[in-house]
Amino acid sequence: MIRFQGVGKEYPRTGIALSHITFHVRKGEFAFLTGPSGSGKSTILKLAYMEEKPSHGDVRVSGLSARGASRREIAKLRRKLGIVFQDFRLLEDRSAEANVAFALEVTDTPKAAIQPKVHRVLAQVGLASKATSFPRELSGGEQQRVAIARALVNDPFVLIADEPTGNLDDRATRGIFQLLRDINATGTAVLMATHDLDLVRRTDHRVIELNHGRIVYDSAEAPADAPAGPIQGDTE
Amino acid sequence: MRLATREALTGFRKSPLLSVLGIVTIAFSLFAFGLFALVALNIRSALRTVEERVEIRAFVADGTSPEAIATAMGDIGSFPEVLRVTYVSPEEALVRAKRELREFSDVFESGFLPGSMDIRLRPGFRDPTTVKAVAERASTYEFVDDVRYGQEWVEKLYRLRTLATFAGLALGAAFALVAVIIIGATIRTAVLARSREIAIMRLVGATDGFVRMPFLIDGFVKGVLGGLLALAMTWFASETISRHMIRTEFFDARIAALGVLAGALIGLLGSLFSVGRHLKEV
Repeated sequence: MIRFQGVGKEYPRTGIALSHITFHVRKGEFAFLTGPSGSGKSTILKLAYMEEKPSHGDVRVSGLSARGASRREIAKLRRKLGIVFQDFRLLEDRSAEANVAFALEVTDTPKAAIQPKVHRVLAQVGLASKATSFPRELSGGEQQRVAIARALVNDPFVLIADEPTGNLDDRATRGIFQLLRDINATGTAVLMATHDLDLVRRTDHRVIELNHGRIVYDSAEAPADAPAGPIQGDTE
Repeated sequence: MRLATREALTGFRKSPLLSVLGIVTIAFSLFAFGLFALVALNIRSALRTVEERVEIRAFVADGTSPEAIATAMGDIGSFPEVLRVTYVSPEEALVRAKRELREFSDVFESGFLPGSMDIRLRPGFRDPTTVKAVAERASTYEFVDDVRYGQEWVEKLYRLRTLATFAGLALGAAFALVAVIIIGATIRTAVLARSREIAIMRLVGATDGFVRMPFLIDGFVKGVLGGLLALAMTWFASETISRHMIRTEFFDARIAALGVLAGALIGLLGSLFSVGRHLKEV
């Protein structure tokens, strides 16, 4: 479903960001990407939603190869991906429901289908009562729920989350994490970058650990009796 | 499309001053262009009037028989370039000279002026080459002493017209380019103001065409409004000149519509450039 094969990424100014990245996220899987800041987590996610193209190797998402994908094909692919960020990326001048509806409006969804979908997904993230609130009237955790609702509204096959709890307190973090697990339980795969090791240790989900642009550990590749992984303390 | 229109209107509502500024700059660019076009139009129409007077005079030797003249006139009259040929007898020539050169009327005496065949050319055949060719053919008749057609001023007239056309085109293109750049800059500001929205649109899978559409509508509307404003200003200028200085001709409906269309095109191009550049960057 998301397949990285010998992927390398270099930037003209900052040099090598990733090298020899090979992994495969399967349908319905929950995988963490961990590692210190600058280890390449966000770059992997950008490659996964094809904001960046690999310098070497290939990234295939739902059968689409990053190497030959046109901008139009990438746009169509993103309708099947849900993407969530640390900074929520909501439109401040629109209500929660308008933010969610926006994702449907820009993808040519028939008008009559928008409202029921928006309400369903806001209820799913526990924000049915705050549909008309604006982002500034919501807490950080609630804003992230709106962002997740927007990511979910097109029924994605995978949710890509880049440090989704990075700006949240403990309680909100637990709430968002539980929400992501609930979403995963309905069959949507989740690929989540985080440096919150407590969160990672609390579960038995797959862990892919990066350091200096390379995969240093992948729990899916490790033998069954191996220890829970080398997970290094974050250098941040 | 409805969403795109709504988004375009939102942009307009959010920054009305910037939008008005954009429209006014387009209007002024097109106004400058319009004024020049007006000048060119009036030069052309003045030239047309002058051109109508282009005439070849083939002077006939004294004592030529009326039959010979009639045959020659029949021949010349059958050239495809020739509108009509008239014979002016020495007596008529004298009357005409007295009328046209009133201050010298006492100088002219009977028999002083030769008779002539006056040849007028059809519209579209009044260029120097055709005039010269017809004049040369007329001079081949033995009884024709001399052919005059104001060679110099026919050529000057044409040079002036060519110059006016080229200057008009060059200046018009320059003004149009300036207008494209200006509207590109105003749309660019609008694009940057909404870059966050554009980033989110692309993230949730909007195509480039979809992202572009509101800005194209924005540019188109600004271009049309700017064009209409420029048309109004040009009309006002033309009226003022007509009233206080010389009578001028104004554009007909077709040209006016073309002017507004040019505004729309400039708006569209400006938008296309600035959104295209932005999309290439993200």
